[in-house]
Amino acid sequence: MALLQISEPGMSAAPHEHRLAVGIDLGTTNSLVATVRNGISVVLNDEQGRALLPSVVRYLADGSVQAGEAAQAMQSEDPTNTIVSAKRFMGRGLSDIGNASGLHYHFVDAPGMVQLRTVAGVKSPVEVSAEILRVLRARAEEALGGGLVGAVITVPAYFDDAQRQATKDAAKLAGLNVLRLLNEPTAAAIAYGLDNAAEGVYAVYDLGGGTFDISILKLSRGVFEVLATNGNSALGGDDFDHRIYCWLLEKNNLSALGAADTRLLLTRARAAKEELTEHDETRVTAILRSGETIDTVLARQDFHDMSQNLVEHTLQPVRRALRDAGLAVTDIKGVVMVGGATRMPQVQRAVAEFFRQTPLTNLDPDKVVALGAAIQANVLAGNRSADDWLLLDVIPLSLGIETMGGLTEKIIPRNSTIPTARAQEFTTFKDGQTAMSVHVVQGERELVADCRSLARFELRGIPPMVAGAARIRITFQVDADGLLDVSARETGSGVEAHITVKPSYGLSDTEITRMLQDSNQHAQDDMQARALREQQVEAEQLLEAVQNALAQDAALLNKDEEAHILACMDGLRAVLQTADHHAIKRSVTQLNDATVTFAQARMDKSVSRVLGGRKLTDLET
Amino acid sequence: MQAAVSDFGSAETRFVFDESRFQQDFFQLFGLPTSYRIDHTQLDQHYHALQVQVHPDKFSHLSEAERRVSMQWATRVNEAYQTLNNPIKRARYLLSLRGVDTQEETNTIMPAGFLMEQMEWHEAIQEAEEARDAGELDKLKLRLQHEVHVLQQQLADQIDIERDYAAATEGVRKLKFLEKLAEEINSAFDAIDN
Repeated sequence: MALLQISEPGMSAAPHEHRLAVGIDLGTTNSLVATVRNGISVVLNDEQGRALLPSVVRYLADGSVQAGEAAQAMQSEDPTNTIVSAKRFMGRGLSDIGNASGLHYHFVDAPGMVQLRTVAGVKSPVEVSAEILRVLRARAEEALGGGLVGAVITVPAYFDDAQRQATKDAAKLAGLNVLRLLNEPTAAAIAYGLDNAAEGVYAVYDLGGGTFDISILKLSRGVFEVLATNGNSALGGDDFDHRIYCWLLEKNNLSALGAADTRLLLTRARAAKEELTEHDETRVTAILRSGETIDTVLARQDFHDMSQNLVEHTLQPVRRALRDAGLAVTDIKGVVMVGGATRMPQVQRAVAEFFRQTPLTNLDPDKVVALGAAIQANVLAGNRSADDWLLLDVIPLSLGIETMGGLTEKIIPRNSTIPTARAQEFTTFKDGQTAMSVHVVQGERELVADCRSLARFELRGIPPMVAGAARIRITFQVDADGLLDVSARETGSGVEAHITVKPSYGLSDTEITRMLQDSNQHAQDDMQARALREQQVEAEQLLEAVQNALAQDAALLNKDEEAHILACMDGLRAVLQTADHHAIKRSVTQLNDATVTFAQARMDKSVSRVLGGRKLTDLET
Repeated sequence: MQAAVSDFGSAETRFVFDESRFQQDFFQLFGLPTSYRIDHTQLDQHYHALQVQVHPDKFSHLSEAERRVSMQWATRVNEAYQTLNNPIKRARYLLSLRGVDTQEETNTIMPAGFLMEQMEWHEAIQEAEEARDAGELDKLKLRLQHEVHVLQQQLADQIDIERDYAAATEGVRKLKFLEKLAEEINSAFDAIDN
């Protein structure tokens, strides 16, 4: 029997080559890269067979950079130039960083995001993260034998807009095309859910090195729907180390240690924490710079006592997430544990007590996020498998603007499913007013001062009118990465114009270019050649996509429309092989613009087909 | 902090969510009858079926034009789902389709007895918070849920059967009050947590 092949809308019926895509878990302590091979998600190891890359970067005086194991080995010896846990500084100002004084970096308080002074100059946390991503990208390209189409990068669900933007910028800096920013607990749910064909409501408890997330998800017939998420983006395994470190200082009557000793004891503290997962007690030994030796025994129970309130801190967001989801503990079918810090027995016990069930730990808590991200990357790259599934995620924190008296007016509430948009109308306060200032914030608190400031911008060029006559419509759009775009439009004068404002915590394209040029590794890269190559790849993909669309749906177009699209395709093909990447870009834009109506018609068609079998009978009229 | 400044008139052609492109109302979009009482199973199923077609994850490897259209549609479908899934939003939306404004901002006149009850609720929540009595808050929450349920049933009859839209708008405003109380209870829980 001959089977008719029907392809998904927008998908090519012709087999195409497998597009190389990866999922990257950019962690506070360790980072990983995974990919889908022969339908199975696998973590890619380095040459020594190690999956985890320590998220440590060391800057050397000669301008060279070490990342991973080599950098980690030098962290006590060269603490100010060896950056650990850079994720904690992403999108953060100096004032946001807890116990900054306890960290032995030379912080530079820059607008928007804190920076670090090293022997190789001032570095942004974005640049530090990019070094880690570069290593993983090289590892993946080596293992897969080719250039990557793109990557899914995971972020803590509770990351705000500034932290997400910083992560995306780091990926860009590392030469990665970001297919999607994916929330870590959601990534874990994908890996777990698809593996177990789970159905029902699940909680993902994700305690990483520096961040804590809780997500409540409903899994039903291939749909992963996040109902609520909460967390603390400055609480993680590092804080447990810090408790042991403080205890060591106290026990040994130590005060004001130098940078090297601090780093040494923190490393010992982490080792002790890990030891206590398996053993009832552990011995901490170290020789300080002064020659003083430390030899202290730490009992598991003492560690549990000193860290008990950290564990309790994680349960507050859990309760909030449940309330936001409108659910009780008894509604939760399973609890998935994610993040290395969930190996601690006291954490497992607290979670088990809270949810009144044994948490699920059958997937490696260090790897599950990267594995899920790889599965998503495979889908986004267009290597879709037959059994379809869908991910519906939410925004973790409310978005709003400042109103009179420093109060926050919420425009998009937390836990709204993304993508989402909301518009609010404003008017002028005075006759002839031509400018208006808008302050965008994120957070749950009533006072603007207690929320995170994302951007301030001024709308100028409002046509002069009497007070209250202008109609300024400000639209917040949050995309599928959870990133915000604000645009405004003046409609009162009948002239429609709009502006788009990017939250200012993100780096500008110029800054990214500067960082790229600063980076030694990339000085050798021919920037022009790379830009051209990327433009060509994008153009080829666009041509292929439009070709496929025409093959399926040319009937939706009239003769003129089709001719116009074909002409734009020819135009693009003509410049494709030239070395003029500006010309290619122009032609790409032209072709994109020429196909907007076509894309809409195709979408209308596929939407009407979904519910097309049903009769739209209005019972009332 | 840098300020991103732009002038009106510098028409950058970027994607802006534009509601006017869509002709179907939310009920039509989901293939559901235009009524307050709604089949939530069907709503959820149709929501998922629509998102499978339009979600940006299905278009990320395609052209920018298709990605833009996808984001617009997915945003619309989410908005529609949130509106129909939430009892107050659904009532407000349905009444607006009938040309009735719920006057939540302008009409602040409520029955005296109802306002008295609100005061009592408010005090009870405050007392429970001050006593850090989570058990009492749980009880209040249950009682409130019951009242919300009763009001919703009334509202459903007023809209779907009696077509008494004046009564329905008052019902929506009452529910809005109760929604605020539910938020108060939640922040009381938060306060006890901290």
